[in-house]
Amino acid sequence: MDFLGFLITQCLNALSQASVLLFLACGLTLIFGIMRIINFAHGAIFMLGAYVGHTIVVLTGQFWLALIAAPLVVAGIGALFEMFLLSRLYARRDGGAYLMITFGLAIVLSEAVRLIWGAQPKGIDLPEVLTGVVFLLDQPFPIYRLFLIGLGVSASIALWQFLERTRTGLLIRAVSQNPEMVHALGTDIRIVRTGVFALGCGLAAFGGILATPLFGAYLAMGNNVVVDAFVIVIIGGMGSFLGSVIGSIMVGFVQVFGAYYFPSMALSLLYLLMLTVLIVRPGGLLGKEE
Amino acid sequence: MLRVTGLNTYYGTGHILQGVDLEIEKGQIAAVLGRNGVGKTTTVRSIMGLVPPRSGEVWLGDTNMAGWAPYRVARAGVAYVPEGRMIFPDLTVIDNLRVAERRPAKIWPMERLLELFPALADRRTHKGSQLSGGEQQMLAVARALITDPTVMLFDEPSQGLAPLVVRELVGVIHRLRDEGVTVLLVEQNLKLAEAVGDIVYVMVKGRMMYRAPIAQFQLEREAVKSKYLAL
Repeated sequence: MDFLGFLITQCLNALSQASVLLFLACGLTLIFGIMRIINFAHGAIFMLGAYVGHTIVVLTGQFWLALIAAPLVVAGIGALFEMFLLSRLYARRDGGAYLMITFGLAIVLSEAVRLIWGAQPKGIDLPEVLTGVVFLLDQPFPIYRLFLIGLGVSASIALWQFLERTRTGLLIRAVSQNPEMVHALGTDIRIVRTGVFALGCGLAAFGGILATPLFGAYLAMGNNVVVDAFVIVIIGGMGSFLGSVIGSIMVGFVQVFGAYYFPSMALSLLYLLMLTVLIVRPGGLLGKEE
Repeated sequence: MLRVTGLNTYYGTGHILQGVDLEIEKGQIAAVLGRNGVGKTTTVRSIMGLVPPRSGEVWLGDTNMAGWAPYRVARAGVAYVPEGRMIFPDLTVIDNLRVAERRPAKIWPMERLLELFPALADRRTHKGSQLSGGEQQMLAVARALITDPTVMLFDEPSQGLAPLVVRELVGVIHRLRDEGVTVLLVEQNLKLAEAVGDIVYVMVKGRMMYRAPIAQFQLEREAVKSKYLAL
């Protein structure tokens, strides 16, 4: 009975971990799918979301407001970056230029966060309903982590339905397959690109706020977690949304169980997983070989 | 309806279109012939705004569209059936059409298109990549029509199609003319061009070197072929 309880809490831990990673990885894969850009600023944007969320909570005392407003603020910053800087590079069709500019954004954002918020880690106070624990088979489990799982599941379903059922979702899928043709059929793909980049940034920021009550907001938080996100996107298949959902869950489980059973090689397990997937399916689980 | 004057387009330093002129009346079908690499595709892509011309004018009625972004050209009533069809491979037949259906079509609504192309109706839930070449071509035409265009640009539509399918394509293009759609058809397939064209252009090295009504072209065909089209 003890073991079963342990197993259940570990599984739930893995799923809550996956939920945070999911927001980061989905943004990354959406941006890649539409724009063929690997956004090296994604970790910095995740961090920015956490700090903006922290400030909103400090100013208003409203965790729920921060959860909605901070991603919107960060999405707005992402949209401006795409419109005024990134979009100037599309005509060059040069992957190196994207790398430089998104990497540059990462540096600028990191230094800006350091200047504005300082080097001290920040926290976010949770509202009372999300604090405390519940007992599952006599094992205590934090309510906040259950909340994360619920959010992860509902956000996955919502995003999936958005992509599959709405006209905007259809256009996003079409642009990922042939942007020029969508443009020639009367849709201004510049708006689609700006929108998707903003959405990806907003999702990353959302993940950043969600991670803060667990680990705090600190300057390296993005760097640590963005590597996991890249692994997820590669496992799931670059540009595949459902692939990223599955990849997030796999990585969540490998991290949580790996840290328990093989603490000395937990990190290498992650790469072992990626390697195994890539040997079996070189394009990722749901990706295409290119 | 569609009038192009002095169009100059470059790819990098390559001067591909060197002053292209062409004019098509409303409801007419113009066929542009020419060997590989003379700039036929670039002509279509320049009109569509996919390759911005460096100079020249593209008149649709009273509007000069030169330099417009492709989506604006499309919204002005120009539809594009590209070389290689460019069907969205992972979208179903219906979703391929829906991408183009920005507002409910008045002249060519979805139901009418599925009637016109029964093969597409049968395969409506199949993905683009699962269709045959002929079905993809019909889908590319249907996808263009659902925008209710006044002008349609066809780039090598017969490429890779069986003769029977080409014949079906001829029927479809005749239907378009009956509906008053203006057509610019770029083709290497002389038979298709002759079967549908009202006027024939021959393009050589980035310029239109020959223009004649179809009746005149048929008289001069062999001379034109050996002068401009022979390899």
